[in-house]
Amino acid sequence: MTLLTDKPTTHVDPQSTVGAAPEESRAARLTSFEVSDFPVPNGREEEWRFTPVDRLGGVFADEADDIRGDDTNGIDHPADYDVSGVLDLMGPSLAPGQAPRGTVLVPGDRGAVVASAHTPEALYLTLEAEKEYAEPLRVNVHGNGAGRLSSAHYVVEAGHHSKGLLILDHTGSADHRGNLEVIVGEGADLTVVTLQRWEDDAVHLGQHDAQVGRDATYKHISVSLGGSIVRVNSNVRYDGPGGDATLLGVYFADAGQHLEHRSFVDHNTPHTQSLVTYKGALQGDGAHTVWVGDVLIRKEAEGIDTYELNRNLVLTDGARADSIPNLEIETGEIAGAGHASSTGRFDDEQLFYLMSRGIDETNARRLVVRGFFADIIAKIGVPEVVDTLMAAIEEELATDMAATA
Amino acid sequence: MTTLEIRDLHVTVETDTEEKVILRGVDLTINSGETHAIMGPNGSGKSTLAYAVAGHPKYTVTSGTITLDGEDVLAMGVDERAQAGLFLAMQYPVEVPGVTVSNFLRTAKTSIDGEAPKLRTWVKDMKGAMEALRMDASFAERNVNEGFSGGEKKRHEILQMELLQPKIAVLDETDSGLDVDALKVVAEGVNRVKENTGLGVMLITHYTRILRYINPDHVHVFVNGRVAESGGPELADRLENEGYDRYLQAAAV
Repeated sequence: MTLLTDKPTTHVDPQSTVGAAPEESRAARLTSFEVSDFPVPNGREEEWRFTPVDRLGGVFADEADDIRGDDTNGIDHPADYDVSGVLDLMGPSLAPGQAPRGTVLVPGDRGAVVASAHTPEALYLTLEAEKEYAEPLRVNVHGNGAGRLSSAHYVVEAGHHSKGLLILDHTGSADHRGNLEVIVGEGADLTVVTLQRWEDDAVHLGQHDAQVGRDATYKHISVSLGGSIVRVNSNVRYDGPGGDATLLGVYFADAGQHLEHRSFVDHNTPHTQSLVTYKGALQGDGAHTVWVGDVLIRKEAEGIDTYELNRNLVLTDGARADSIPNLEIETGEIAGAGHASSTGRFDDEQLFYLMSRGIDETNARRLVVRGFFADIIAKIGVPEVVDTLMAAIEEELATDMAATA
Repeated sequence: MTTLEIRDLHVTVETDTEEKVILRGVDLTINSGETHAIMGPNGSGKSTLAYAVAGHPKYTVTSGTITLDGEDVLAMGVDERAQAGLFLAMQYPVEVPGVTVSNFLRTAKTSIDGEAPKLRTWVKDMKGAMEALRMDASFAERNVNEGFSGGEKKRHEILQMELLQPKIAVLDETDSGLDVDALKVVAEGVNRVKENTGLGVMLITHYTRILRYINPDHVHVFVNGRVAESGGPELADRLENEGYDRYLQAAAV
C-alpha cells in the first residue's frame, strides 16, 4: 500500500493491490553467508523496492571497515564501542562460522552478508542462566564520520531463565551495517532495544535475528529517529512451544529521511505467540517510512496466536508512508491471527476541537502526537527508553513548529 | 456583563467544488444571563453560525462583524476566541486517541486561565462537575470521545463548559440524539452553569423538546441563512404546533 498524503486516507488492504502472480513463500527467501549470493540491489527486487538503493552504494560495498591511522599515531576506527554493564558478560569474540555465531543469523540480504563477511570478531555476550540483571546492559555505538564504512556483528545468548535488558544505542555518523544474533534460552526473558539516534548523514542497515526458546519471552524494540537512511529488519523464530515474541517499533521521519522497518515472525513451532506493533510519525518534504511485516504460520505451528499492526501519522504534506502486512497461513488450527495497517493525516478537526478549548496550535499538535504514541510507549515499558523517546519526540515537534512558524 | 454582537454576518463554506453561501446577513445580540434559542429547519445555516463564531477554518466570513464586548472576534484565532470567553459545544465532537479526558481538561483549563489550576481545587471541581452530570469517575481516564456513546459525548461537552467557565456558550444541537433522561441531565448542567456564572447561551436546536428544560428568553427562527422572525418563548410554542412550513413557503416565494 502506498499512501500519498494528498490522496484520501482510507485503508486499502494491501493484499488486494498485489498483482496476480503470488509471491513465493517467505520461507523460501534466500539466506547465505556468501557475499556473491547477494548482488548489489538495483531497487527492482521485492525486498528493496521502497529503499533508495542508489544512495546505499557505500554500505553495500564488499570492503573492510574504514580504519585509519597506525599504531604510532593511534588507530582511528569508523565507529567506537562503549560498553557498560556488560564487561563480565563478554566472552571471547567469535569469528565467522564459530558457534554460536551463525547458528541463528544467516544473512538475508546484501547489507547483512557484507556485515557478516567484514566482521572478523563478533562481540559475544552471555547472560548467566537463572540470573536476573537489574541494570541494563548497554552497547553504545558512535560513528566517527559520514561515509566511513563500519561493520558489526553481536551475538547475545541469554541462558535459561535469565532476565535482562540490552540497549544498543547508535549515535554519530557512519555507513554502518550491523547484525545482531540473539539466542533466548528456555524460560528466559530478554528485551533488546535498538536506538537509531544517528546524525542526519548516517546510513544504517541492520539484521536482527532471534531464536526464542521454549517458554521464553523476547521483546525487540526499535526506535528510529535519526539517520539519512535506516533500515532495520527484526526477525524471530522459535525453538520450542510457549515462546512469546513482541516486536515494537517507533519512528519519526523528517524531511528527506528514509526510515524502514521490516519484521518476519516465523511461527515454526506450536503454541507460540507474537505481537508486532510499529507506529510512526512523518513530517517534511520527502520524509519516507516503510514497514513490511511478514508473518508465516507453518503447518506444524498449531495453536499459535499472532497479531501485527502498523499505524502512521502524516503531519505535513510531502511525506509518504508505505505499510505492508503479509500473513501467510499454512494451518487453520490456530488460536488467532490478525493484522491491521493504516496511515492517516494529521486531523484538522482534532486541531480545531482542541484549539476551540483555548489550547494553542503548538500544544494541540503536541497533544495529538503524544496521544498517537501513547499506547506503544506504554507497551515499551522501559523507563529509560521511554524518557529518551519522549524527549526526542518533543524535540522533533519543536523543530517542526519552528519551521512552520 | 458581556455582550456578543453579530452584525450583518455573511458566511460561505468551502465544499469540494465551490464556495457555497450559507449565511446571508445575520443580526443577533446575546448578553450575559440571556438564553437565545435558534431554531430552524435542516440546512438553514444554524450550525454554520456556530462554527463561524468559533472560527472553524472551513467557513469564511465574507462580510459583517462579530464582536465580544466590542473586541473583534473575527480577528482572533480559534484558541484566542476560547480564551476571550467563547465556547462551542459541538454537535459531533471528534475523538482524540491517546489523550485522556483528565489531561485534556487540565490542558484546556490552563490555556484559558493562563496558569495551571491549583491541583487540590481542580480535582475537587472536576469530581463535582462529573458527579453532577452523572458521569462515572473512570470517565476521566478514558481517551477524549473515544468509544463514547452519543449521550456521553454531549455530557462531556457540558462538562467542559462547566469547568472552563466561558462568558458566552454556543450549544450546537446538544439535544440531538439524546434520550429524555440524558436530555434532562444535560439541561440541568446548562441551567446550573447559567445560574452560577451568568453565562449567555446561544442554544441551537431543531426541536422544541429541550426548551421544556432550558427556558429561552428569546427565540429566533432561522431560515435560509438569516433570522426570519424573533420573539419570546411563545414563538417556540407556535413552532411546536405549526412547524417550519410557513417560513419555508415564504422563503420559496
